[in-house]
Amino acid sequence: MTPQANIMIVASIAPSHENELRSLLASMTSQPGTYDPTNALVPFHEIDTLHFARFVILEDATRDDLLAYGDPIAASGKSLALLCDFDGEVDRFIGDLVSIAGVGLVRIFSNCVSPPTVANLTSWLHAHNARASASYVNWIGRTLVQVHEEELLYQALGKRIEATDLSGSSPRQVWDALHRFVEQEQTAGRITLTPEPPTPLSWRIKNILHCIGIPLLLLLFLPLILLYLPFFLIQLRIHEKTDPVIAPRPRADHNHDLARIEDHLVTNQFSAYGNLKPGSFRRWTIATVFLAIDYTARHVFNRGFLARVVTIQFARWVFLDDHKRAFFASNYDGSLEAYMGDFINKVAWGLNVVFSNGLGYPKTDWLIANGAKDELTFKDYLRRHQLPTQVWYNATPNLTACDKERNARIRSGLEQPWMSDRALQQWIGLF
Amino acid sequence: MAPLSNDDFKDMQGLLRFGYGKLTQACFLLLRIDESASASRWLGQAPVTTAETQNPPPSRALQIAITAQGLKKLRVPEEVINAFSPEFISGMTGEDNRSRRLGDVGANSPDQWLWGQQSSVPDIVVLLYEQSSLHEWKNTIESQVESSGFALLRTLVTTNMGGVEPFGFVDGVSNPAVDWERRRDSSGDKLSYGNLSMLGEFVLGYPNEYGRYTTRPILENSTADLPNAEDAPAKKDLGRNGTYLVMRQLDQDVHGFWQFLNEQTGGDSDHAQKLAELFVGRRMSGESLPPQSNEPIEGVGPAADDIRRNQFTFDSDPQGVLCPFGSHIRRANPRNIDLPSDTPRGALGRLSRILALNRVLSKDPAPLHFDRVASTRFHRLIRRGREYGPPLTQDQRKAAPIPNEPASGLHFICLNANIGRQFEFIQGSWLQSTTFDGLRDEDDPLVGIRQTAAGCPASRFSLPTDAGLRQQIHNIPRFVTVRGGAYFFLPGIRALRYIARVGTSS
Repeated sequence: MTPQANIMIVASIAPSHENELRSLLASMTSQPGTYDPTNALVPFHEIDTLHFARFVILEDATRDDLLAYGDPIAASGKSLALLCDFDGEVDRFIGDLVSIAGVGLVRIFSNCVSPPTVANLTSWLHAHNARASASYVNWIGRTLVQVHEEELLYQALGKRIEATDLSGSSPRQVWDALHRFVEQEQTAGRITLTPEPPTPLSWRIKNILHCIGIPLLLLLFLPLILLYLPFFLIQLRIHEKTDPVIAPRPRADHNHDLARIEDHLVTNQFSAYGNLKPGSFRRWTIATVFLAIDYTARHVFNRGFLARVVTIQFARWVFLDDHKRAFFASNYDGSLEAYMGDFINKVAWGLNVVFSNGLGYPKTDWLIANGAKDELTFKDYLRRHQLPTQVWYNATPNLTACDKERNARIRSGLEQPWMSDRALQQWIGLF
Repeated sequence: MAPLSNDDFKDMQGLLRFGYGKLTQACFLLLRIDESASASRWLGQAPVTTAETQNPPPSRALQIAITAQGLKKLRVPEEVINAFSPEFISGMTGEDNRSRRLGDVGANSPDQWLWGQQSSVPDIVVLLYEQSSLHEWKNTIESQVESSGFALLRTLVTTNMGGVEPFGFVDGVSNPAVDWERRRDSSGDKLSYGNLSMLGEFVLGYPNEYGRYTTRPILENSTADLPNAEDAPAKKDLGRNGTYLVMRQLDQDVHGFWQFLNEQTGGDSDHAQKLAELFVGRRMSGESLPPQSNEPIEGVGPAADDIRRNQFTFDSDPQGVLCPFGSHIRRANPRNIDLPSDTPRGALGRLSRILALNRVLSKDPAPLHFDRVASTRFHRLIRRGREYGPPLTQDQRKAAPIPNEPASGLHFICLNANIGRQFEFIQGSWLQSTTFDGLRDEDDPLVGIRQTAAGCPASRFSLPTDAGLRQQIHNIPRFVTVRGGAYFFLPGIRALRYIARVGTSS
């Protein structure tokens, strides 16, 4: 099994170069915001481990909100971020990225303060990589190569079924027929199903240590945590009762800038950026929450669903600007309205736990209640903090997480030496 | 909460409460405002029918709704207009993104429309319902408005098809029940399907399914004759007792529909009808395909017809064999599909449900389409559509069209308090979605556009079978084409008079 990883390269934009940068990024798109494979700068599609990537200009449009706490307005600098979600390890991916797109990347990042050169690009990328505090992968271990191969398998089987009269056949007869067909196609080299590579030993050891280590630490500090808990709750309630809600309706042109790049595909991107509430209480709270999310995403919700949400393919939270701000990015299936609806109706508690530490979030109670349940305020809050993504790359533009899962189940069924009648019936139902 | 008072019914247009089914004649006048002062004067005294019960019931009804552009022409201040919902302000054809989501692309694209495209958005629609003499009344109203500063852009005529839509199915059999009594408690997770919706889902100024008041214009320091805002009693509520009215003209290719079904079934008439019923998810007579459930459903009944047609959930059809997963009625109202049936009750059950613990702990993977549909109760509509075109017999539907046969279809009308979460969501994320409930490459068999954003085909329909492969129907043509549409505000009576006063006084 090959685990997934991500990078987020962040560099300050040289103010005099902003326009040039924007037009460079626009030259990488066909329809608004969507990656054009014929672009002259970065051929993302040539990297066969890269699921999603985006260039996004980080610009905090809600800086003034800090005034509500009597804090000075934060600096107005803008940064360019490059995000990638890929199979395998960071070092290897950066190596691929540099060899396939080095020149283009240097050209793009030359518009930043202290830009890279072709010679130092690898170390520059490493130095500018902002590590995610929490990452979510819909299905840990499902590689892009696997997704592509299984989609071709699905298409071939679909055509075969259409061309063959299998009506009236029992599930076992159908399985036999398709199994034989796939074996022939594999022999003829028309279908490839690469066996799953072994899981890297170092990752396995780290994963087990992480899986056991965090609960052990928790156990170790349990007495302290229990002692602190009442104080935490009191502090929390004081904050919740006094923290201002700042969620005016976003400007129409902002909404328009976001909407024009949405719904071109069955999958969409989401980037949001904003200030955390000032003070160490919120900062420590959110750091703990990120730890918990990262832990559960790695060890519990790693098989197609994040609590009740099944539409997120990749997501991550990253601290930026000396932990004063946080950035959230996701690649999700369906429309924004559906995405926000799932947030509110299925996992409002989870949203509240994280985002209520963000400045201006709708009022929560006890960290989990209300908040996102204030539907329209929450939607305005989210939309107002959302950033247009300048270039969005999706390696499988017509596949949802559900489609990928269907294909994987079809393949897995074909590779079983034997299936019960019940399992066969479920398998047949996948087509 | 106190039940709605008669004062509020008096302040509400009747269409919210009544479908005017007995007033079988109807037409809709699309108007442009050319001279706002005199148009305002007409709006100030137009005989609008209210939602009060009358005995005997009225023999005619007139309703008025206004687009955002119309409000501007009536000189409603910009800051007031800006407090309406963004979808309403932008309009049905205001953004490419909206057109993409609604499926208004290709043959459905607004530049092909008969009305409602960016340059021909009406300002006002006047809806007329009559028992027997619509024609004269329509002429009277038309000449009234034309001499009152309006231009008549188009009159949308309707046909009384006796409660059957042009394809031949009994129509309008399922609408949510509105909680006029205001007894419903919206708080907490709802673990079973109900058909009763909070008043605020359909009428502005009242709590919705989230227990919140939908954003609408609230006037501060105003002494206008307007209702007070329930959530801010010192302020005036321009939205209260009003709602948004969505209108779409949908041409239906009746002959194409039956011809396709006929080809698919080798000319077997019964079989063609069965297949049509699987497309829709109901029998032509309106009955549901899954069996009636024993337990009553809140908001269904007490009428026997309603119980026969609507007292069912999809629990009895987990494999989609009786009513296919992609059928029209599953997409338009998925009922209880969003409520995983394996959830234990009680506090632990609740926790297990929100954390998906059962799924985490279960050894077997859940079925592919398990829990993939959005929470149904936040996506409901009141439908008030009327048919148009020649009334055809079933034999005529199946035959080729006679030369120069006028188009048939539906003037789709729905009422909702949040266009984005209700109409647009149902249209975009359910009906037109190729990924609804874990499906692939298929959109609504009845109203789908057969074209998706990502360029994948969307022209099939799959029918699960008891054992063996799903039956696939391929290359389904488009049967419904959008020919016009707009978003309107259906104001309360006092709000309408207020808007009219703004126009006359300035």
